[in-house]
Parts: sequence; structure tokens; C-alpha cells
Amino acid sequence: MSGATLDRDAARDEARRTAQRQRLRAAWNLSRGWRYFANVNNQVVGLWYIITAFAFFLFAGVLALIMRAQLAVPENDLVSAATYNQLFTLHGTVMMFLFAVPIFEAVAILILPQMLAARDLPFPRLSAFGYWCFLIGGCFVSGSIFFGAAPDGGWFMYPPLTTDTRLSGIGTDIWLLGLSFIEIASIAAAVELIVGVLKCRPPGMRINLMPLYGWYVLIVGGMILFAFPPLIAGDILFELERLANWPFFDAARGGDPVLWQHLFWIFGHPEVYIIFLPSIALLAMIVPTFARRPILGYGWIVLAAVGTGFLSFGLWAHHMFTIGMPAISQGFFSAASEAVAIPTGVQIFVFVATLLAGRAVYGTPMLFATGALAIFVFGGLTGVMVALAPFDWQAHDSYFVVAHLHYTLIGGMFFPLMAGIYYFHPFVCGTMLSPRLGRWAFWLMFAGFNIAFLPMHITGLRGMPRRVFTYPENLGWETLNLVSTAGAFTMAAGVLVLLWDVLRPGKPKAPRNPWNAGTLEWVAGDPTEPWGIRSVPPVSSRYPLWQQEGLLAGIDAGAYYLPDAREGRRETLVSDPLDATPRQVLRVPGDSFRPMVAAVLVGGCFILGTFHFWIAALLSGLAGVGAILAWLWTGTAVIPEKPEKDAGMGLTLPLYASGAASVGWWAMFITMTGDGTAFISLVFGYFYYWTIHPVFPPAHAGGPGLLWPLLAVAAGLAGWGAMLAARAANATGRVAGARAALALAMLFSLAGAAAFLLGPWRTGLDPTHHAYDAIVWVLVIWAAVHNAVGVLMQGYCLAGSFAGKMTPTHDIDLRNVTLYGHFAALTALTTGAVVALFPLAS
Amino acid sequence: MVYGRDDATLWTLLTPPTVWALHFLFAYVAAAMACGETPFALGPVRVAIGVATAFALGLIALAWRQAYRHWGRGADRPPHDAPTDEDRQRFLGFATLLLCGLSAVAVVFSALPAVFLSDCR
Repeated sequence: MSGATLDRDAARDEARRTAQRQRLRAAWNLSRGWRYFANVNNQVVGLWYIITAFAFFLFAGVLALIMRAQLAVPENDLVSAATYNQLFTLHGTVMMFLFAVPIFEAVAILILPQMLAARDLPFPRLSAFGYWCFLIGGCFVSGSIFFGAAPDGGWFMYPPLTTDTRLSGIGTDIWLLGLSFIEIASIAAAVELIVGVLKCRPPGMRINLMPLYGWYVLIVGGMILFAFPPLIAGDILFELERLANWPFFDAARGGDPVLWQHLFWIFGHPEVYIIFLPSIALLAMIVPTFARRPILGYGWIVLAAVGTGFLSFGLWAHHMFTIGMPAISQGFFSAASEAVAIPTGVQIFVFVATLLAGRAVYGTPMLFATGALAIFVFGGLTGVMVALAPFDWQAHDSYFVVAHLHYTLIGGMFFPLMAGIYYFHPFVCGTMLSPRLGRWAFWLMFAGFNIAFLPMHITGLRGMPRRVFTYPENLGWETLNLVSTAGAFTMAAGVLVLLWDVLRPGKPKAPRNPWNAGTLEWVAGDPTEPWGIRSVPPVSSRYPLWQQEGLLAGIDAGAYYLPDAREGRRETLVSDPLDATPRQVLRVPGDSFRPMVAAVLVGGCFILGTFHFWIAALLSGLAGVGAILAWLWTGTAVIPEKPEKDAGMGLTLPLYASGAASVGWWAMFITMTGDGTAFISLVFGYFYYWTIHPVFPPAHAGGPGLLWPLLAVAAGLAGWGAMLAARAANATGRVAGARAALALAMLFSLAGAAAFLLGPWRTGLDPTHHAYDAIVWVLVIWAAVHNAVGVLMQGYCLAGSFAGKMTPTHDIDLRNVTLYGHFAALTALTTGAVVALFPLAS
Repeated sequence: MVYGRDDATLWTLLTPPTVWALHFLFAYVAAAMACGETPFALGPVRVAIGVATAFALGLIALAWRQAYRHWGRGADRPPHDAPTDEDRQRFLGFATLLLCGLSAVAVVFSALPAVFLSDCR
């Protein structure tokens, strides 16, 4: 071949690549100007999420500084007792709900797709919706303090103080409704991230090659599904007691305040691990990079993540050692609390071993990582102490516990996160943070933290209780408190140094892969390129950039999968969960204001409801449902213009998949698992009452009887059967039959909902009279609402069938709604069995 | 089913800790119910927890045997990081083995209160 031909070929190749790059850039281009807030791409939403969560962190930090200033000297009158109550309640609430959990979601949304060489997560608009919910709910809860209306009952809101509307004002409602709204965002993020890890990995990235961060995200996503719903169930009971006087937690009318403690801590303890594991996951990425070797004990980390995820659910009652549980119950929780130290310790040994086996180089991220390990080990050791019930009886509600929890959370979550900020800053912003300022920030934070919290162990052992707004002289607490206050301000200075470093202009531009890391997120060179990755590489190792030669050049040359956006659409690969064999080219939706509008309207329902503007709240909620339906109708399950396309490297993949092959089916399954957990929590409440009452159901209760609940179950099951028939008919092309079955399913579901409500109604159960009546009402309402939502979904499918959105070959919606139907039928069946049959058995 | 499988999956991985969770729940609920009814006698509950513990350890042992087979009976050492069906299987088997160990220890931990405490005080 002549030189001229070679030149021509090279020029043609270059022209092709340039055209590909232009098309990709056009498809993934970020919206600008006034449409900036319509962006849904993970790079933008992740950044908003991080900035917002960090702003809440600074806000809650300022609250802490005001508290420390108040406690600096005895008999201080900087703030009143009432203000102080709001300060500590909001500090705990904001740090946990508006910083620690959302920052996990934020970081994961930002870096997970890059780590998996995915162009985006499977449901970008859901991420955006979650973000807007978080922003609105967060501002609502935080802003309340400026009106003196912040919640003031402690971050765990124990009744009966907080169920008594004379003792606790609107702040409690703001807490309950505001946080319930934010929990929607958390569950949305969990759905998004689990499906992301399982279904959006690059070809060849089998489960044994997945970055450890992915493992942690998977486990934590699962934990959110089992931890948050009990709190949502508890919030429902709580708000019904406050608004409608249903006595779930009122001992005088058959309720029990301890039930709330159970529901809160079944959420509250796993929550600690929900924020700890993703932060440790950052260390699992940072440590190998700085040790210059693959992690030692990958399988052991998986053991630790899975093991911690499970065991963390057996610890909740160790927050309740002083409520008077039988010693044997305390023993079970004490045992599990000690057992969880095993997997937690394994992770730390893996990190230390990796550093010892490698040739460690030190940088600012490593400084924070080692500081994190030191602080966390200390907090873990005091954790083993307070896990012993007899010791806990002495230390309970004292500053010893304050010290312990801050050592675990700041060592286990905050310092690893700081390490992550230094590590990932070049990846997000394209510039390097200063090593000199980094050392300053670290030592100020590390020293300040220890000066503030180490003395608190002694303050606590000397008897200082938590949550007191001031204290008298001569109890031996003055010096210790003054030192703690000095430490808190020192730590705050460290945070300010970091903030200055992040905000200051003129930082040096980061080279590509500045830490010489081995995982795929570092392929991204220029963060202003919107496409995420130029082409999706086949992966055959755990550290592709270290172990697969020439990979980077191939990615940049567009030599791998999806190098082009020929139809101008945003596309990413979907693969199977175990072996990451590519299965589908998924078209993800583009930028839109619809998620924001839906979040504003749904948020309006919660916020207006807090102030008892019922009609406005109802209208806002209905408009929100309408907005969500409009969003789904216009942007999901879109029928592609051709059945399949060339995905690159000679592979042709379908553009449409339904049933278990589709990401939407997985999302429905995961959402309904969370929904089922909330339902089980309500059922738990029913049986909890059974264990505390000698006669249950109580003698006065004549309902709900057998007739109506059994009719309701029968109708619910008939509706479910009609759904199955509709699915089968549609799949075999009998469209008219499918439509008729759908209409029938709607009728049956509606009848089931009505029959559920008629049970307690016709038998005269008064929900304000006794906790039994109230819990039966809640269970039937739950089942009825699930029927009603089912009707909405069936109607949506019916409309889709008439509009040509749903056909025998394109039936995503119908299959997902049938999956919902399985769960709704199970809910109806269980409700009927509990409220109608169980009273016969007892 | 999660037992008697030729291939390791995420479900076989999650089996041993699930056994721990069910054992834990059983012990807690049984004790709570017994203490709600008759505040001082735990005899039958302790026996029940003993039986449940033996059963749970048996299930974990079965999971262990299966995981050991998936691991290739130790024919190959970790890290199991090759891009092959075999290494994926061995990795899942190995991680499941580790989880069997942790779950067995946690089950024994959960049973200990029933060994030492004879009443509900």
C-alpha cells in the first residue's frame, strides 16, 4: 500500500472520529442558561447533590458551634433552653438526614457511573427528582429554626413528649413530614444505585471484578430498602397520632411509646452503617491507589460489607438498654453488637495489610484516611464498651455516649469523606487542591476533633448528661467543657481551610489520572466533556488502567462499545448482573423540568399539610400525581424507531427490553421490596400490641369481622388474576381481551379497596378510642391505598394500549404493573389474614 | 433454591447471613413473647432456642459444604480475579465460605444469652 493511501485512510479515520465526538457531544450536551436546572445528567445532579449536602453540613456545624459556645462556661446565657433544644435536635437531624445519607447518594450518583464506564445511571430523571425532593425538604426542615419553630424533641423524637401537641409545637410536624418527604429521595437513590450496579456494568466486568465501591453501594442500597421503610411506617403512625389523635403511642389508650423506639431504631441503627459503609468504600478505592497495588483481601472486603450489612440490623435495641427489657433480650442485642465488630475490624486489617504489602506513597487523601482509621478504631473500642448492657446503664445519656458516637461517625464517615474530597476533586473539578493547605486542614481538623471529643469521655463519666443547655459550677465539668469548645472551633477552622481551598481561584489544572489510579473513573480526563466516557471498554481485570495495556488509548480512539450517538440519543449499555454480558442499549431520557415540577408539587402536599391547609395540600398532591404521570407518559417505555442497533465491536443489541430483562422491572421490584418492608413494620406494630396486652383484640372491639376483609381479599385476588390474564392476552396479540381484562382488574381493585375500608367502618371501630382500632384502620387503609394505586397503574396501561404506547411486543408497562400487582395481592392477603383471621386464632 | 446448586449466585452468597437473621429474629421474638406471658420462666424458650441454634448451624454447614464445592475445594487460592466463569464461581464460593464463618460465630453469639440466663429479669 502506498504512503498516500495510508495517509488518506488515517485522515478518513480521523474525520470519522471527529464526527462521532461531535454527535456524542450534541447528544449529551448540558443544558445551559435558564434551562440549566433542567439538567438530569449524573455529572450535574451529583454535583448539585454534593454542594447542597455540604451546605447542610456547614449549617449543622454552625449549630454545633453555637451549642459549644453556650457550654463553654457554666451558667451561660448565650441561648435559652428552648433555643438550645432546637439546636441539638436540628444538629442531629440535619447531620444524619441532610448530610450523611444524602452525601452518600450524591457521591455515588457522581462517581459510580464513571467507575462502571456507564454514560449515566439508568434513571437520570429519578435522580433529579430525588435531588429536588431533598433540596425542598431539607430547606423546609432547616429553615424552621429561623422562625423559632424548629423541632425540639431530640433527633429521635421520643413520645410521649412529642406526641403531646401542647408540649411540642409545629416543629415536630415539620420534622415528621419534612423528613418523610426526604426519605422518598433516599429510596429513589437506592433504587437507582442498586439497578446501576447490577445492570449497568461494562462488558466483562463480572461480579468478581467489580470495583469494591460497587459492592458497598449494592449492600448499602439494600440496607436502605430495609431500614428506611420502618421509619416511614413509624412516621405515619406518629403523624396520625398528632393530627387525628389515633393513640398508637399513648399507653392510656392501649398504645405504647416504646413501639416508636423500636421502629425508630430499626431504622436508626442500620442508618449508622448506611453512612459508614459508603465512606469506608471510598477508602477501599483510595488505599490501593496510594499503596500502588491491588487490594489485598478483596473477598474479605465483600465478607465485611455483606456481614456488616446484615448484622447491623440486629443491634437496634442497644439504644434501648435502659427501657426495662428482659435481660435475655438485652443479651441478644449485646451479642449482635459485639459480633458486628468482627466484619468491621476485618476491613481495617485489609487496609493496613494492603498498605504494608504495597509501596505506599503519601498524599493528602492518605493523611485523612489514616486519621480516619485512628479515630474510628477509638470509637469502635468505646462501642464495644457501650454494647455491654451493664456499662451502658452507667454511661447512657451521658457525654460518654456523645463522645463515642462522634468518634465513630467522624472517624467512620467524615474523615473518609474528606479523604474522598481530596482524592476526587481533580476528577470532578479538573483542578488539584493544595497539598500544603490540605495538611493544614487535616491537622486542624484532626487535632480539633480530638481536643473537642476526647475530654467528653471524662465529662460523661463525671456525670454530665446529654442535651442540657447549661450546668452549675464546681461539678468538675468546667475545664473539660472549655477545652471541648476550643477543640470544636479548631476543627471548624480546619473546615474553613478546606472550604477556602475548594473555592479559591487559580488552582493548578489536574493532569489526567493524577494519582495514577487503576479504576475506570480516572479515564475521564476533561470534566467538561459531557459524555462520561468516549467509548465503553471491555473489562477483564479489577484495575483495568493498571492491568489492561493500551486501554486508555483505545477508549479515546472510540475503539470500543457505543463510540457514537448516530441517532442523537443518550445511550448506555445494560448488562446481566453476574457476568456483565451486554444485553441492551438503553436509551436514557434527556434533560427536563418535569422531575423538578413533580418534586415541587409533591413537596407542596407535605409542606401545606404541615400547616393544616388541607384543601391546598390535597390539590398540590393531586397535581403532583398528575405531573408524575405526565413525566412517565412522555419519557418512559418509549418504543424505539428500530428494534436493535449496532453497539460497536461487531455487536448488535436490542433497544427495547421488557419483563425481568428491563431496568424498569428491577426498579419496580426493588421499590416494592421497600414498600413491603414498610407494610411489615405496620404488621409488626399489630403483633407488638398483641404481646403487650393480656387480651388482644381488646374486649370492646367487635371488628373488623370476617365478611368485609375476606370480600376485600377476594376482590384483590380477582383483580390480580385479571392482571395476569391481561398480560397473557396482550403477549399473545389479543389486544381487545387484554383491554377488557385491564378494565375488569380496575373494577375488582376498586371494589377491594372499598371492602377493606368498609370492614372497620361497618363494625364501628373508632381509631381514636384504642390502639387496636387504630392499627386495624391503618392496615386496611394501607391495603386500600395499594389497590387504588393499582387502579391508577392499570388505567395507565389501558390508556397506553389505546394510544399505541403499549403493544403486544412493547409491554414494559404492563409487565411492571403486573409485578406491582404481585406485591399488592400479597399485601391484601396478609392484611386480610391479620385483621380478620388472627383475632379468631387468639 | 439456594441449596444444591451447580452455580454460585448472589442468593447463595446471602444465604448464611440470612440464616443468622432468621435465627436472631426467632430467639428475640420467642423470648419477648415468653416474657410477655409469664415473667419468670424461660425453660421451654431456652430449649427452643437451643434447637433453633442447632438447626441454623446445620443450614450454615450445608451452605458451607456447597460453597466449598463452588470454591473448587481450595484448588486455587484468592484473589480469583481472572475474567472467567471459573474464577467468578470460585470468588463467590470463597466469599460465601467467609460469610459462613461469620454467620456461624454470630449465631453462637446470639444463642449465648439463652445459655446463661434462666429467667426474664
